[in-house]
Amino acid sequence: MSHVFLGIPTAPRGVGHLRGDRPFPEAAREALRDGQLRANLGHATSTIRAKRAAVVGELPDWEQLRAAGRAIKAATMARLDEHLLELEARVTERGGTVHWARDAAEANAIVTRLVRDTGADEVVKVKSMATQEIGLNEALEAAGIHAWETDLAELIVQLGEDRPSHILVPAIHKNRAEIREIFLRTMPDVDPHLTDEPRQLAMAARAHLRERFLRAKVAISGANFAVAETGTLAVVESEGNGRMCLTLPQTLITVMGIEKLVPTWRDLEVFLQLLPRSSTGERMNPYTSLWTGVTDGDGPSEFHLVLLDNGRTATLADEVGREVLHCIRCSACLNVCPVYERTGGHAYGSVYPGPIGAVLSPQLTGVEDNASLPYASSLCGACYDVCPVAIDIPSILVHLRAEHVEAQTRLTPEAVAFKALAKAMSNSRLWRTAQKATRLGRLLARGRPILPATLPPPASQWTFSRDLPTPPKETFSEAWAREHRR
Amino acid sequence: MRVALFATCLVDTLVPQVARATAVLLQRLGHEVVVPPGQTCCGQMHVNTGYRREAVPIVANHVRAFAGAEAVVAPSGSCVASIHHQQAMVARRAGETALAEEAEALAARTYELSQFLVDVLGVVDVGAYYPHRVTYHPTCHSLRLLRVGDRPQRLLRAVRGLELVELPGAESCCGFGGTFSVKNADTSTAMLTDKMANVLATHAEVCTAGDASCLMHIGGGLSRMRSGTRTVHLAEILASTEEAVAPDQATAPAVSR
Repeated sequence: MSHVFLGIPTAPRGVGHLRGDRPFPEAAREALRDGQLRANLGHATSTIRAKRAAVVGELPDWEQLRAAGRAIKAATMARLDEHLLELEARVTERGGTVHWARDAAEANAIVTRLVRDTGADEVVKVKSMATQEIGLNEALEAAGIHAWETDLAELIVQLGEDRPSHILVPAIHKNRAEIREIFLRTMPDVDPHLTDEPRQLAMAARAHLRERFLRAKVAISGANFAVAETGTLAVVESEGNGRMCLTLPQTLITVMGIEKLVPTWRDLEVFLQLLPRSSTGERMNPYTSLWTGVTDGDGPSEFHLVLLDNGRTATLADEVGREVLHCIRCSACLNVCPVYERTGGHAYGSVYPGPIGAVLSPQLTGVEDNASLPYASSLCGACYDVCPVAIDIPSILVHLRAEHVEAQTRLTPEAVAFKALAKAMSNSRLWRTAQKATRLGRLLARGRPILPATLPPPASQWTFSRDLPTPPKETFSEAWAREHRR
Repeated sequence: MRVALFATCLVDTLVPQVARATAVLLQRLGHEVVVPPGQTCCGQMHVNTGYRREAVPIVANHVRAFAGAEAVVAPSGSCVASIHHQQAMVARRAGETALAEEAEALAARTYELSQFLVDVLGVVDVGAYYPHRVTYHPTCHSLRLLRVGDRPQRLLRAVRGLELVELPGAESCCGFGGTFSVKNADTSTAMLTDKMANVLATHAEVCTAGDASCLMHIGGGLSRMRSGTRTVHLAEILASTEEAVAPDQATAPAVSR
């Protein structure tokens, strides 16, 4: 007997925010009834969609840029282990410390210990998906350390004791009036005459945050990119809050998914063109902060880089699914998705919503822990068209559906039906018989052109909102055969 | 040309008039139409629902049924897209290399109706007459997988008597998505509602498209709302002439009680 392979570990249960507490259709049903949410999302996504389309349309070489982005990512993933070691060596040379975290629990423990070692009981945070993924704020809170979110939208979510619903715009589900209400309720020194004018809201947040920036000893960030050959980290943001966090405190801790690195400095050229146009619809990103280790008298004197796996190596092992690791978190796919536009991000359960979330979350957790997500798409393909690194999301959705079906150890009623149907469709004689059986529907119709709206499940799932035509007396192939009989 | 017609499982079983219209149209254009009797389904529904292993014998049947065909035409963007993008893939994954190669070769000779008319036959004016106000919904797989572009609109603009009105938000999915329409029935319906609102805003009598499945979805919704706007497949419009408004076509509103 040889050794037993237990598989590459996925993101563990009980920590972080990659799993919802109910299946997508159920959560979506509730979200769809929220008229305010629908209005807010419809307005926001259509605005960003139009902005993106305009700035992408300006670039004659957009398709070549996409191809370059895709090629760089594919080549990087093929030698990820080597690039990671190179990154570790360069960061260490420049005075930083690299920590390897196999999952959310390990990453949270590392960061908590690092903050404790500084003696600080609060940290300022740059908006980061990786730290949302692992539930870092909750872990710090449990250790008596308060984390202040400094990105405007993330701050709105934190103050409102809400959850982020979008990768780029975590408070996309809230409108100005709702944000004003949250600020008035939760900011201690806010002007009681605060209006819902965007500038006033931004200034209130600015005043609220300024004091925290100035007194913070520790900052925590994510990373958009890490350059392996130089050991440089990059954070891309548009409010300047990131720049404050990355430069003012004495200690900087960066939590980064292992897939975020690029091999060379030159590779940034491609991604710094693709990312802003795809995400915020801007030609150039407003605040791009780059740092390499520590520099005497300039910025933090202590730098820690936590490299997070949390299911990424397991994802890399899947030939079809690994493409999701190319994602640069621009969220263009969310903004064009007809499902996301209507249900919003919370219905997906994970911090990664929308089309990319539907293919990323189930792979990080193992598909059975997010089994409803690969089905949360009509496979319309709009996400693939806008993806700046050309991730074929619809094909991965279809692949994960099959992974889910093939993981079942017991035969489901659906599987029985599909197997029987496959048998019939593999043999035209059986198929003709099966087609005849649909004519039983004519009995239910009693001469009307449509079937009754109250059919048993699963047909009821169609007929509750849509009529179903009464099956015809004769199929086309029967009629044709009759007419062309020799 | 001798054209093999792939009716598709859905059209053959539920909306046979669409396959009939395709055949009538191609014959009128001077081509011989054959309907290979062994045909059933392309396997798309199985693949897209996660039953890719079960889809392999369906693909094998399809390849067998159309073996030797010079050109295969189907009145469905979605089924043709599956033939182009999925059949060989599922066969290869199952280790059926020879089947995958045959499927690829057959896919290269398989066309969606508007592509076949414009690209292969080189016709835009098919001699049709259809005196109605019509709006066109570009189905997702025609638009984004097959890239049929404006071929359907060019064909429609050449139809005598037809007034083509632009559909707002045309490129948004109607919410059908195969089994998505039942597995996520609420979200599917929310998408359909917005599509119907746009269709109705055009005040068109007819909403057309190149996929009978999406039309069954949109039409099912319009019918439920007792809307007077009906759905008619592109093939039915192109098959219509002054002599025959449309073969086997219901010109009355979708619901007549």
